[in-house]
Amino acid sequence: MLKVKDIHTFYGNIEALKGVSLDISEGEIITLIGANGAGKSTTLMSICGITPPRMGEITFMDQPITNMKPDKIVSLGICQVPEGRRIFPYLSVTENLDMGAFLRKDMNHIKTDMEYVFDLFPILEQRRHQPGGTLSGGEQQMLAISRALMARPRLLLLDEPSLGLAPLIVRQIFEIVKKINTENDTTIFLVEQNANLALQVAHRGYVMENGQIVITDAADRLLSNEDIRKAYLGM
Amino acid sequence: MIKFSEIKKSLWVSLWFMFLTFPVMVIRVNTIENVIEWRWENMIFIGVGSFLFSFVWRYLLKQKEYGLKRAEEGGDIRPSLAQRILRDRKIFAPALTVVGIFALLFPYVFSLYQTNIMISALIFVMLGLGLNIVVGLAGLLDLGYVAFYAVGAYAYALLNYHFGLSFWILLPVGGALGMLFGILLGFPVLRLRGDYLAIVTLGFGEIIRLILENWNEFSFGPSGISNIPRPSFFGMSLSVHDSTIFIYYIMIALCIFTIFVVNRLQDSRIGRAWIALREDEVACQAMGIDKAKTKLTAFALGATWAGMGGVMFAAKTTFVNPASFTIWESIIILCIVVLGGMGSVVGVIIGALILILLPEYLRAFSEYRMLMFGILLVVMMVFRPGGIVSDVRRIYKFEGSGGAGKDA
Repeated sequence: MLKVKDIHTFYGNIEALKGVSLDISEGEIITLIGANGAGKSTTLMSICGITPPRMGEITFMDQPITNMKPDKIVSLGICQVPEGRRIFPYLSVTENLDMGAFLRKDMNHIKTDMEYVFDLFPILEQRRHQPGGTLSGGEQQMLAISRALMARPRLLLLDEPSLGLAPLIVRQIFEIVKKINTENDTTIFLVEQNANLALQVAHRGYVMENGQIVITDAADRLLSNEDIRKAYLGM
Repeated sequence: MIKFSEIKKSLWVSLWFMFLTFPVMVIRVNTIENVIEWRWENMIFIGVGSFLFSFVWRYLLKQKEYGLKRAEEGGDIRPSLAQRILRDRKIFAPALTVVGIFALLFPYVFSLYQTNIMISALIFVMLGLGLNIVVGLAGLLDLGYVAFYAVGAYAYALLNYHFGLSFWILLPVGGALGMLFGILLGFPVLRLRGDYLAIVTLGFGEIIRLILENWNEFSFGPSGISNIPRPSFFGMSLSVHDSTIFIYYIMIALCIFTIFVVNRLQDSRIGRAWIALREDEVACQAMGIDKAKTKLTAFALGATWAGMGGVMFAAKTTFVNPASFTIWESIIILCIVVLGGMGSVVGVIIGALILILLPEYLRAFSEYRMLMFGILLVVMMVFRPGGIVSDVRRIYKFEGSGGAGKDA
């Protein structure tokens, strides 16, 4: 579905991605794990077109999207939940969700989709008239995921959904991520620092170090890999 | 009850103020007789005044904190008087009718002088509403807004001078030229935000003014262009008195048109994109909003109103020169938006009327105008940071299985 071929992304003169290649098939949950500054978020931003790669090629459903503008990429069905949630603080919960459906015009389906996300996260329905900024961290993350779902993505990119949240909430969110994957056939690309949890929900995983992919394998095999356990799972 | 500590605090405040104002208020050098006058009575006034003032100030602050606390404790926030008027149809409709009738009869009830002042105020209403799109809705701090105003004014003056085109042709042309310049400015500043954007727009405003001032062959330099015709009424030229009234009605019509368009824009997709852009650019892009296009439309549409306002200005004064388009003008328009309430149409209208009309009627205090202005801004930012009428945004309601319609 998504093929990333040897991309190099730069911030000024600094080469953040030194030839990253990924391959995501339809219906999968793929996770990208790695230490701070390994280039995980940059990979995601490069796919979204917000920091386009200088070299290399990205194709989505056999269509090159390497130098497409971010809004075009979203309209193809790639939607991201940005790092740090980045909900609109002064817009209400429903308005935030409405912004997620910005590119869509089918009012009726937007309605049912909103019902669907309220079904996934009932707390959001209770808080639907509250400004987004007044929600708790966990609720904001739920809102950010819901907002991205409102775009009806075929590929959902999640950037560190566990950031700054209580373990219990994180577990809950990961359960929902799994549910979204099985119920809607939404392919999910999960960038995470919490390697343990991420590998538990994912089918396959990529491990990143210094702007390069160092290992790729099935998630359960990565979980039992001795080196990975030492380096990323703290065991 | 008044506590001792409060009195002590106020005492210090008044002592401090007496010390601060000592050189200005007490000492006066009489240069004719070469003596120094000591005006000690002024010091007493300042002392007593600031003592009482500090009490009032603290009382108001406490009231405000009390209000905030009550809002936080879950009690519903009481909407301000203005917001209640806006929300309640029963009050809003008659109020609107009264304002409408007043506006229509104004030139017949009041003198020509008053009508002229009102025209200026209405031009600033239009400018304020235009800048409100850029600053209030899209959150792009534009300090060079007056440049587009100048473009409109000079478009009318120059095109009329060289080609004899009439007001009615040049009004839309002025708007279009404003839009063109808005886009021209918009392109280079697409990547900028906040302070950097403010500086670049400030520079742009000055560039336009300096060009007009120094390019004599093009704009006749500092002496400007005079004898600009007033708008004609179906080919008839009117007397000064009649044409002033006519301009007044054109301005009223233009303001209503502006309000209508801005209102529609606010609720449109592009309006929502502006609001989202103001809150978070990255999230905007993640939602599939074209950042460049959204910013450019904000600049272009904002500048359009400034262009038309400029044409009106030139038609009203029949004379333009670069001195009318200084940075000070930009600041006033920005103050109108901030003071009135960013993003709120009614707030901007009230802000424009206050900031333009008050200085005219308080000419007696004209020496203290800047001082008053500063005090007003400080007081506003402390007690009503959202502006006189803070933005009452429409709430999108979601009704279970019904329509996800937008309710007012």
